[in-house]
Order: sequence, then structure tokens, then C-alpha cells
Amino acid sequence: MAATDLWSPVHIYGGFMKRAGFSTRWLPILLLLPQLSIILIFFYWPAAHAVKSSFYLQDPFGFGETFVGMKNYTALLKSSAYLRSAQFTVIFTLIVTMLSLSLALLLAVKADKVIKGAKTYRTLLMWVYAVAPPVAGVIGLVLFDQSWGPLKDFFGLFGWDFRLGVTYFDTAFAMVVVSVWKQLPVNFIFFLSGLQSIPKSVREAALIDNRSATGRFWDVTFPLLAPTAFFLLIINITYALFDTFGIIDTLAKGEPSNNPMTLVYRVYVDGFRGNDLGGSSAQSVVLMVLVLALTVFQFRMVERRIHYT
Amino acid sequence: MQISDIAIQIDRVTRAFDRNRALDEVSVPIRAGEFTVLLGPSGCGKSTLLRLIAGLDTQTDGTILIEGQDMRGTPPGARGLSMVFQSYALFPHLSVRQNILFGLAVRKTSRAVQAERLKRVAEMMGLGPLLDRKPSQLSGGQQQRVALARAVISDRPICLMDEPLSNLDAKLRADMRVELRSIQKQLGLTVVYVTHDQVEAMTMADRIIVMNGGRIEQVGIPEAIYARPETTFTASFIGTPPMNLFPASALFSGPANLTVGIRPEDLHLTDAGPRADLVGVEYLGADRLVAGQINGTPFVLRQPAQSPTPRDRFHIGWSQTAMNAFDATTGKRLHDFDFSSLSPNQKDFDHETA
Repeated sequence: MAATDLWSPVHIYGGFMKRAGFSTRWLPILLLLPQLSIILIFFYWPAAHAVKSSFYLQDPFGFGETFVGMKNYTALLKSSAYLRSAQFTVIFTLIVTMLSLSLALLLAVKADKVIKGAKTYRTLLMWVYAVAPPVAGVIGLVLFDQSWGPLKDFFGLFGWDFRLGVTYFDTAFAMVVVSVWKQLPVNFIFFLSGLQSIPKSVREAALIDNRSATGRFWDVTFPLLAPTAFFLLIINITYALFDTFGIIDTLAKGEPSNNPMTLVYRVYVDGFRGNDLGGSSAQSVVLMVLVLALTVFQFRMVERRIHYT
Repeated sequence: MQISDIAIQIDRVTRAFDRNRALDEVSVPIRAGEFTVLLGPSGCGKSTLLRLIAGLDTQTDGTILIEGQDMRGTPPGARGLSMVFQSYALFPHLSVRQNILFGLAVRKTSRAVQAERLKRVAEMMGLGPLLDRKPSQLSGGQQQRVALARAVISDRPICLMDEPLSNLDAKLRADMRVELRSIQKQLGLTVVYVTHDQVEAMTMADRIIVMNGGRIEQVGIPEAIYARPETTFTASFIGTPPMNLFPASALFSGPANLTVGIRPEDLHLTDAGPRADLVGVEYLGADRLVAGQINGTPFVLRQPAQSPTPRDRFHIGWSQTAMNAFDATTGKRLHDFDFSSLSPNQKDFDHETA
């Protein structure tokens, strides 16, 4: 089955969809028009524009543009700042994804065992889900603040002179902590519902045959959670790559130069702060390719049935 | 009976959930090598008892001994038993082979032993060609066999089964009853089998434990349970249709506090005796079930299909030995009741009510 077949109606409805046809050709087109125009105007057109402008050098004041071919791209590869961002993005994404997934799994496994007051626990653990990324960033700002952040004071007790927005590592640390914290509830909810969808009798069957709780987890629970975990892996990579923008923006405090930043944030900084629209477009195109690769990878894996039923 | 004959000893076990007691001071021995069936309607506590034996649940009070050992605090995996679940509980991500070998692999049994036992069990269950499939690729009956194979291969002496046949269709269920029983005999397993289906209990059990409302109503071999029910509950639960229960006053001009139980097949049409009204007739092929009423008490009479269908009003008769006497208040069997002290009721109810 080709990747595109996943979206065919037959696949989605399991083959039971009735074929109801339109008698005229223009009516379905008319009905699709609003959705199509939204996609065209807000996705394809800007994307095409970005691809085009990535081959041009834009005048910062909007007085014309010069075709430069691949120069914007080669400049990226030569830019140490860009490569540093790329490196940071990879490390940041790996750490955020791994930490938020493993912590959420741990919390979900523990919360799943709670019997008394289970609802309260779960609600409290999901609480953060409602916090918007910039707000999460502001909360991080308050906690890690140089002059009155309680966490800074706490780190001070161990002799760690924590300086948010000044020391590269400290800022990166705060970014990771806030990003993980923000993403935990989503992962937690999915893992918990994944755990609860494992039939009780299957767990009990494992209980009869295996004394060790860790053994049971890795032999039975984890493989049965694998579809959920894989889905979350993709979601989390996307999150760390793109949706942490608000957190990074807030924590970098508008002084990106000596602070760590992800590639997405650099697109914004170079394009709108540095007025290098061509270079910024080239960066967006790189990211677009990355997303495309990720999507293809996801579909390939879904095809290779990580689900069991 | 020696101690070693008892595989599982249940001693005054209570399991309370909030206010109600799912099990109320239940005591019963389960003998080694026997096929014991826990039989009762839903909510009678039979599954609760099985889960307590398995260690999947903990009793509120009382003790459970397995092979003479107090099992309190012993995890399910250390109790030396296997279990077959109603929903089969196969591991969906593992192949049939891996499912069957799961317990052995966990316990790090040697490859050679695994292979040898797998061969034997797969042959016994007819699973040979299916070993590399996933559970989702199997039919219900095949999944049931895998679940059974997983329990049998463990070589543990006790096997608990929680309504293992209830998800199968009638034909398959009948086949599996025979098969289960033969496997149990062949391996000398101690089987504790939970069901609400009295046919399963009657056909497979060495011993039946009838349960109701968290208590044990009767323990005995199938013949005893059927022929001499200890309580009105057992009498009205066992048999299709179950034993007829008459207030003694409907049949005799006798004591008030007496319930008389007579099986449908022990009733016959006569010219004399208590008079009954016809309610309905059900034709079953070999037999015919005649539903009637005596003085407001409904009953069923089973007669061979070739005998004449009764008219609207008919008389019923039965032999003295077919009668079971129960205390009408407690529902308990009156063992030494002497029926010859009663005189048959010849009252004409029809005219009395008119």
C-alpha cells in the first residue's frame, strides 16, 4: 500500500463507506472551495513564495531583489551561527523528546496504579496542558529569573551560579526544563489512555506467569504501548522542533545573539530581526524538507504495522 | 481424606467490597487431581473466589492454603498455578508460539525443554500449523486452544479456568467440554473451573460447588447435586427446567412450613391425585414440557413426546421416592422427613376459588 492510500476513503472507513455521488461536477468543487482556498492562501502560496525567495537576495528595505541561485543555501552551510543552531536543535529535540516521553510514561504507569483519588491525580497531572507555550515561557522566566527566581536561588544552594539569558548552558537548561514540563501532560494523557486500553485480563495473564514487575512491563505492557509511543515520538519531535518557539522566544528575552536557539527561532530572528529574507526563506525550505521527511517516515512506520489488531 | 489429597483449602474466606460481601466466610477443600466446578448465577462470588485463589485479589479475611502453604502475600506468579481467562487474554503482540512459551521463557527454562514441551502441547491441542500466527489471525476456538496450551505447558499442577468456553459457539463448546475433560484426566491436573452453565458443570465436573450470594450452597458429585439438592436454591438452579417447588399445602393437607420438590421428569399424568390447570405445552422433540398450575403454584411436567397431551384440567402423580422435603423458611433440605405422614390433598381447588 502506498503512503497516500492511508488517506483514501476506503482506508479510513474500512471499506464500508457508501458511494454517494454528486450529479453535477461544479457542486463538489464549490463545496470544497473554502477549504481549498484556505490551504492555498495560507500554506501553498507562502510555501511557494518561500521557495522562490530562497533563491533571491532581498533588499532589506523592500527595493527589489537579486537572483543569487543557491547562494543562500551555501551561505547557511558556511554560517557557524546556523550550524550552531542546527546542532543545538538536534540536541534540544533529542533531550526534550526523550525526557518528556520517559517522564510521562513513568507518571502514567504510576498514576495507572493509583486507585484512591485517581481522578484528582490525573487531573493535576494534566493541568499544564491548558498552559499556552508563551505563558509557559513566562512561568519559566519567573522561576529561573536572575534576580528573584526561586529556582535560581535553589541552584545557588549547590553553588550553581545560574544566569538565565546570559550563560548559554543555563538558558538552554531552562528551555529544556520548560519545554519538557509543557509537553508532559499531552504525553501523560496518551500513555495513560494507552495503558488503560490494555485489557485487564492480559495484564493478569502476565501476572500469573511472571513474578517480576519490570519483566512484565518490558515483555507485555511496553510492546502494547508501542503504537502510542511511536505516535507520541513523532508528535514530540514536531513539538520540540516547532512548537517550542514561544518558550524560546520568552526565555531568550529578545536577546538571541549569545543565547541558544532552535532552527525555527532562527528563521524568525534572521528574517525579521536581521532582515535577511532570502536566507531566512532558505532556512524555512530546509525545515519544510525536514517535516516532509518526518511525515514520510511516520507513514512508512505506520504501514509496517506497529499496531496489532 | 489425607491432607495431601487436598490441593487447595479455602478456610472461612471473606471478601468484602465496601458494604456488600462478595464472599461470606466460605470454607471448602478442593481435592488434588479433581475437576472442580464453581457453579452459580452471576454475582454469586464464584469468580471472586477463583481470583482469590489465583492471587489476583486479596481476601478481607480467612486463609487460602495451596499444597498446605498459606498463600497470603504470595504473588500470583509464585503460587504454582496456571490460569485460563474468559477473554483468552492472549498477548496480541506475540505469536502463538511466543504466547504458549511465555511462562517458560520468563522462567528461563532451557531451549531444549521448551521445544520438547511445545511440540507435545501443540500436538495435543492441534496447534502445530498455527504457531507462527498472531492471535488476531486466529478464530475464537483457536485462540481458546492457545490460551489452554499456555496454561497446560507450564506443567503447574493447578489450573484455574474462568468461564473459558463462554465465548465459543454451541457446537465448539460441546467439543471443547470433552477435550478439556480428557486433557485434565490425561495430565492429572487439579482444575478449578468457574461457570454459570450447569451443563458444563454436569458434564465435566468430578465435584460441583454450588454458590449463591457469596456462600456455598452445596458441594458434591454431579449426581448428588441433581438428585439430592441440599437447598431450595440448588433445587431451583440445577436442571432444565429445574426442580418444581410446591408449598406442601398445594399437594397435601399437611404441615404449613414445608416445601416439596419434585423434578419435572418425576411427575406424570394420572386419573387421581391433585388436580392442575394447563398453562402451556412445549414440544422438544423427544420430550414434551407441560406447564401447569396447582392452586397458583406453577410447575413443569416432562413427558415422552409420544404420550398424550393433557387436557385443560389434569391430575398429576409421582412416586414417594421422587419427593424432596425442604424447610419453607430456611430453604434447607429436611433429611429425615417422613412423607408417609402426609395424606394426599384431594381438595377441589377449582370449586373453592369459584
